[in-house]
Amino acid sequence: MRNLKYLIVGMLFGIVLIKSQVVSWFRIQEMFRLQAFHMYGVIGSAIVIGMISVLLIKRFQVKTINNETVIIPDKKFHWGNVYGGLIFGLGWAITGACPGPLFAQIGSGFLVIIVTLLSVIAGTWVYGLLRDKLPH
Amino acid sequence: MDLIKQPWPWYVAGPLIGLVVPALLLLGNKTFGISSSLRHICAACFPSNISFFKYDWKKESWNLFFAVGIIIGGAVATYLLSVPGPVDLNPDTVVTLKHQGVKDFSGLLPADIFSFSQLLTLRGFIFIVVGGFMVGFGTRYAGGCTSGHAIMGISSLQWPSLVATCCFMIGGFVMTWFILPYLLQL
Repeated sequence: MRNLKYLIVGMLFGIVLIKSQVVSWFRIQEMFRLQAFHMYGVIGSAIVIGMISVLLIKRFQVKTINNETVIIPDKKFHWGNVYGGLIFGLGWAITGACPGPLFAQIGSGFLVIIVTLLSVIAGTWVYGLLRDKLPH
Repeated sequence: MDLIKQPWPWYVAGPLIGLVVPALLLLGNKTFGISSSLRHICAACFPSNISFFKYDWKKESWNLFFAVGIIIGGAVATYLLSVPGPVDLNPDTVVTLKHQGVKDFSGLLPADIFSFSQLLTLRGFIFIVVGGFMVGFGTRYAGGCTSGHAIMGISSLQWPSLVATCCFMIGGFVMTWFILPYLLQL
């Protein structure tokens, strides 16, 4: 039951994804064709609000609801950030959806996207299989 | 209520998405990121003795609850909070896409590409299956997706996330401008 709160936050996030149409394949096309500001506005303002929140949490040492210190683990650079990032980008422009929107599309009734989700899971699995052989 | 049922502008949606970052941090020290849920699904269902999938995924199960929440939210927004209709696109985008072979503009996705009847065509297979595989492989290789790197990572000033986000965009531009016109005409 302690996980229920994450389900609720996910639900609110899913509602915003649909209502702002960022789950639309067409919106991703507009973005990559530089023909609309919409997606840049959504992602950009999300980053600004996220950044201000993180700064405030650190500055005022805001604790979690369980009175723990907030910890954000550091991400270490590896070449997978580049190679994987490029592969992700190539795929993103085809599917018109990254992982969050894929879940929202399924909820929205596009059942064929379940096949896409299974393929995304297969891609993740194959990465796990080949991980030691890939350059990082 | 009428206002809610209309599509939301970027300056409403973006800040709300940004607030997911502090919400997850303050609710339980969780860092925003969706693609990890895909790894947990692999670890839970098909670990196959692969070391990358041998860990206690149950400890990270919040991420799966979050993903299920997104599915429910998608349904709530679509069936209770929306009026169906086409996306209000830049007319230039519509002209270009029509020229490149997209026919259906009535919903969030072009139904002439993303449907079960297209799955076994070459074009449908590439858009539904191959694209998804690249997203799944790429996101794990990159260590995160748009939420984990672009939003959470850059928000917390992590430069590797900025590098990854730039690569997401470069990959997307290359696909859209140089490869997609051919794929759409298959």
